[in-house]
Amino acid sequence: MIGIVNYGAGNIFSLTSALERQHLDYGMVNTEADLDKYTHIIIPGVGHAGAAMAKLEHTGLVEPIRKLKKPVLGICVGMQLLTDHSEEGDAEMMKIFPLNTRLFNKDQGIKIPHMGWNNIDHKNNPLFAGVENLTQFYFVHSYFIEYNPTFDIATANYGMPFSAAIQKDNFYGVQFHPEKSGIAGELLLKNFSNLKY
Amino acid sequence: MLSKRIIPCLDVKDGRTVKGVNFIDLKDAGDPVELAWQYAQQGADELVFLDITATHERRKTMIEMVKAVAKQLNIPFTIGGGITTIQDAEALLNAGADKISINSAAVKNPSLIEELARAFGVQFVVVAVDTKLVEGKNMVHLNGGRLITELETEDWIKRAESLGAGEILLTSMDHDGTKQGFDCGLLNAITQMINIPVIASGGAGKVEHFTEVFEKTGVDAALAASVFHFGEIPIPMLKQKLKDHNIPVRL
Repeated sequence: MIGIVNYGAGNIFSLTSALERQHLDYGMVNTEADLDKYTHIIIPGVGHAGAAMAKLEHTGLVEPIRKLKKPVLGICVGMQLLTDHSEEGDAEMMKIFPLNTRLFNKDQGIKIPHMGWNNIDHKNNPLFAGVENLTQFYFVHSYFIEYNPTFDIATANYGMPFSAAIQKDNFYGVQFHPEKSGIAGELLLKNFSNLKY
Repeated sequence: MLSKRIIPCLDVKDGRTVKGVNFIDLKDAGDPVELAWQYAQQGADELVFLDITATHERRKTMIEMVKAVAKQLNIPFTIGGGITTIQDAEALLNAGADKISINSAAVKNPSLIEELARAFGVQFVVVAVDTKLVEGKNMVHLNGGRLITELETEDWIKRAESLGAGEILLTSMDHDGTKQGFDCGLLNAITQMINIPVIASGGAGKVEHFTEVFEKTGVDAALAASVFHFGEIPIPMLKQKLKDHNIPVRL
């Protein structure tokens, strides 16, 4: 069963609805003890990364999540929380991935936020099982995770390549919103629920 | 590559979609959930629901509708109409709306844009602007084009961006309903002026209008209502045509 970290950063109704459409059971993680109840953990997140990190710290779940050995998926800001640092609010993050979350550079002739459907070039990670390469997913964000070949499992391009998805051991992050990315997004959530670690 | 988005717009009254919708296999054309699902199946990239309910019950009815849509729909959607406070917006966000669109409330109280952006992020805030050419100037209008304001469209849009709008939905009232094509001149001028996404609206009548707006202007998305509702332009065909013109779309 999937546990959703409930730390008050953004609405989770769309995520829980997507899980229900896939007949995936879920519950809420409010305390450290709750983490033991679930086999897979999702960290959602919308809005300001610095503010989201402050909220997550307030729950006391940062260290317990860092120690987890079960599959963890951060979505959008939830993914950015897994990095070292975010330029949004100049905030320290959970430091699971030695990567930085940076603001898109409008000097590259791109509009900010990056909003809409963009192709991803994925590397046959089990998270993308059955997802055709270069499928489009729905993105909406102004900050991105720098491309790093060690952790990158899917790359998107917006002015420059950036990581659409990352993995390190049992930790996964996706910058797009699988809950809003049509059939491919629903498949990704299903794949996550099937990950073993 | 980021795709250009195709966005059907649905008018909603008392929790029901209005305007004759003419899908062959639709059981209940007034059911927003079924209609939204159909559009998602056809390949719409996003949906906009415009609430035109005038009664006091509007808020409650709308929240129920948004929840019902969010439960079934796997693409993003925006809610517009009658949002004047942070509380209105928050209730819609919690019900599953991805974005809200504000129009006259922003004109009357520009700081609302700033407050919404601060509370929920710029990505949540679409500023809808209705514009009409008056004595050679593009002027912002309210109430569906009936009420002129003192704001010049270009100035207002720049201001909306600086206050925290994440996207602009620009409807040309001169083109709306004419089916003679989008206002490419103004749309291109606006996209050159700001650095946030722009949705073109008003004037779509045939496939060529969509090709034209994406080829001649820097808009990110095109919105239309009747051409989609009456099946005059099937979305899969439209997207294939756009692709044939090398316009990036999601197929």
